[in-house]
Amino acid sequence: MTDKTALTLTINGRDHAIAVEARRTLADAIREDCGQTGTHIGCEHGICGACTVIVNGEPVRSCLMFAVQAEGKKIRTVEGLADGETLHPMQQAFMDHHGLQCGFCTPGFLMLAVGVLEREPDINDDDLLDVLSSNLCRCTGYQNIIKAVRAAAEQMRGK
Amino acid sequence: MTAHTKGTGMKWVGRAIRRLEDPALVTGQGHFTADLPAEHWVRFVRSPNAAGTIDSIKAPDGAMLITAADLKAVKKITPMLHKFEYRPVGQSILADGIVRYVGEAVAAIVAPSEEEAEDIADLVELNIGATAPVVDARDALSAGAPQIHAEAPGNVILKGEVKTAGFDGVWTSAAKIVKVDARSHRQNATPMEARAAHAAYDKASGRVTLTCTTQMPHLMRTAIADLLGIAESDLRVIAPDVGGGFGQKMSLCAEYVLLVWLALRLKSSVAWTEDRRENLIASFHSRDQYIALEGAFDKDAKLLALRADVVSNVGAYSCFPTTSGVEPLMAMAEMPGPYDVQQYQCLARGVLTNTCTMAAYRGVSRPIITFTLERLMDKAAKAFHLDPVDIRRRNLIDKFPYTSATGLIYDEATYKQTLEMAVHEIDLPAFRLRQKEARAKGRYLGIGFATFSERTGYGSPAFAARGMAITPGWETVHVSVDPSGYVEARIGSSPHGQGLRTTLAQIIADELGIPPDLIKVVHGDTDTAPYGWGTFASRSLVISGGATLIAARKVRAKLIKIASHMLEAAESDIVLEDGAAKVAGTDRSVTVATMAREIYTQTHRFKGELEPGISESGTYDPPGTFSNACHIAIVELDPETGHVKVDRYLVAEDAGRIINPMIADGQVHGGIAQGLGNALLEEIVYDESGGILTANLADYMPPTAREMPHIELHHMETPSTQSITKAKGLGEGGTIGAPAALLNAINDALTPFGVEIDTIPATPQRIRAALRAAEQATKKSA
Repeated sequence: MTDKTALTLTINGRDHAIAVEARRTLADAIREDCGQTGTHIGCEHGICGACTVIVNGEPVRSCLMFAVQAEGKKIRTVEGLADGETLHPMQQAFMDHHGLQCGFCTPGFLMLAVGVLEREPDINDDDLLDVLSSNLCRCTGYQNIIKAVRAAAEQMRGK
Repeated sequence: MTAHTKGTGMKWVGRAIRRLEDPALVTGQGHFTADLPAEHWVRFVRSPNAAGTIDSIKAPDGAMLITAADLKAVKKITPMLHKFEYRPVGQSILADGIVRYVGEAVAAIVAPSEEEAEDIADLVELNIGATAPVVDARDALSAGAPQIHAEAPGNVILKGEVKTAGFDGVWTSAAKIVKVDARSHRQNATPMEARAAHAAYDKASGRVTLTCTTQMPHLMRTAIADLLGIAESDLRVIAPDVGGGFGQKMSLCAEYVLLVWLALRLKSSVAWTEDRRENLIASFHSRDQYIALEGAFDKDAKLLALRADVVSNVGAYSCFPTTSGVEPLMAMAEMPGPYDVQQYQCLARGVLTNTCTMAAYRGVSRPIITFTLERLMDKAAKAFHLDPVDIRRRNLIDKFPYTSATGLIYDEATYKQTLEMAVHEIDLPAFRLRQKEARAKGRYLGIGFATFSERTGYGSPAFAARGMAITPGWETVHVSVDPSGYVEARIGSSPHGQGLRTTLAQIIADELGIPPDLIKVVHGDTDTAPYGWGTFASRSLVISGGATLIAARKVRAKLIKIASHMLEAAESDIVLEDGAAKVAGTDRSVTVATMAREIYTQTHRFKGELEPGISESGTYDPPGTFSNACHIAIVELDPETGHVKVDRYLVAEDAGRIINPMIADGQVHGGIAQGLGNALLEEIVYDESGGILTANLADYMPPTAREMPHIELHHMETPSTQSITKAKGLGEGGTIGAPAALLNAINDALTPFGVEIDTIPATPQRIRAALRAAEQATKKSA
């Protein structure tokens, strides 16, 4: 398993020309080949959602996708969320409402919430809770994550 | 000040300011161990057998294979207790001839990439002559059970016994004896970041830097240097951003020792990132206990005496530094909880089995003993036809200081006040009415109470009392002002999500009159932080916070002396505020930056009366104190499916002065989530052969946002006299109270069925099994 395929990943608008084995996950490629270590790996089984990134507008588990499948697609990671020095409303809301403690699951939650709210800005509270139940956090007990996402949703709708 | 903080008032302490940790973490700029590149990667070959002898280990040609044979010069991890008939047992870094649990590291493959290491490890031929394992602690105690270590005959690694002088007399005179047979199944702390380590050799200095995800960087340095026989100064340990610990990252991992050994041998960098399966089967486990608890009551339902038998499954080895005494001995010492009971008998045994090693996990034994004791109180309430609140009113301690039957001194607590506060908020009569109406419609609601104390911020004497060879207790903090006027605090604690950089900055800010976001709190690097014990046991805000206050007061005194010289005013007239020293009632002032520059670079102006620079140290080793809380859970139980939905969860808590209410609430929320997992969902399941059936996060189930109720929090803030910041710890309380409140609520809901459940987690399967057994019994008798 050492044959490598050359491909280009477009992450946060920037092209990364890399060569990876076919079996390389998108999560590993983002972190190790493209050096974007803000995306974290929590379980590699697609359960915890720490590795969630946005691919062509959809939140996906980057541990369940091969890097070669992401070629030509627009990948967004936590590093691309802020607009220069201005934080994305979701990032700001997580800080304002204490939606993080150790911060390990945070990039995954941010990308999940942003991805869903961009697609479905008027999502109701109950459906939003279902969506947020797809990622695991061990520190916060979720209450402040839910509060933060609802606050950011308000703001994103107001834009 | 400052866009980064919010809140109002004169003081920084007590304000819900935003965390100084967050900007890096929300932008993906945090530094976690697994982010580091390495020249070499390690994959561990782990035992598929729970017990057996290693016949052969063969790797493919050309592979770099490390086994115990390569590690003869490395000492075994042998934690020590000097009391309680403790039998020291050694753990080789890699299994040496014998395997003792599924997942034990038997060999290590080293390769240029993680993938190659995994591929090669898969090809290693491991021949183990399997022998019969013993998985359950009670089985391990039975005659003829397989012996895990020759040094611990009968598999008992330690035994604690207590019996108060008047016990027998009181016991025989009791009006009623009430009993609970509690069972807590095994849990894994499950930090979202599993373990990881990176060791890099520096050719210039010959030193190794170990970056690892740990709660105790200094003790890792001490322990690893000792095992490898190197000078501590040749090892630097860094705990960078750590993705949760909850106790699991407090213990020494054999894997980290091997990484340092490899870096020294290869004179290069080497890394290991644990995968989730490894974390679930081979990191550290907890909570696997049987407790049989009996209470003797007088005719007025006053608790007179407690008798407990604690059997704690400690797994295959003893953990460093706490030893496998951590669970059984805490259960023994703290079993009487918040109740006034002076007669006590306890036998607590730590039992070795062919399972993953047990170590500390948030709350340690207290989630289990609290659940057990609170079940006992509810059963007693039933036996005396009392309301659960009434029996607690009759028995909670309300005179302080109080010396417990095990000699613990409860300096002060608000057990009754928090109970009344919670009962008032929940509106018990309204609930009882709603419960009655629901039952008439075939819906089953239940309410559960938990009143408990959380021992926090205890210093070295508390650990010495356990006979520990290592007594973590004190903390040291260095606070300095650099020549540019910026403040830095270097701390020995090692926070990993608790927000200590923010709360300690708040404490310093009030002393020095400087806003918190101009204060850097530095931790987690043994080269820059003073020696300290790390972050665990709800201690850091109390102990490191106390040390911070001591050091900050010294810096304050120095700044006032400098200002007195520069402003030619009496020290008593100087106030520090807004980043400057001012002469009260005048417009004369000098900024901290100017004073700092002066004391470093113009020292002669102080005529030898002041030492150069501003750098002070504080050390704090407090006696410890107790936070307390009352939790109330309201659940709805579906008897058809056994499903439990938590409708309402209310907490009334007293943790002394709250430094940052936002952070304090977050600790309680997170603690309750873990307690809810403990109570309802999470269980490491071993089969009879010692294989683990729950090796991923779909089978081992931490709660998601869907399972969590909204938590209503009410605080009392009784300032602690045992803590110089007046703050108590609260990191574990949520986890301690939740299983008790939830199990009592479930049992209240089950009352119409005549069924009780005293096992955690109370999964739907277990609830259904109990209901089914009751249904069948009814059919038989009909």
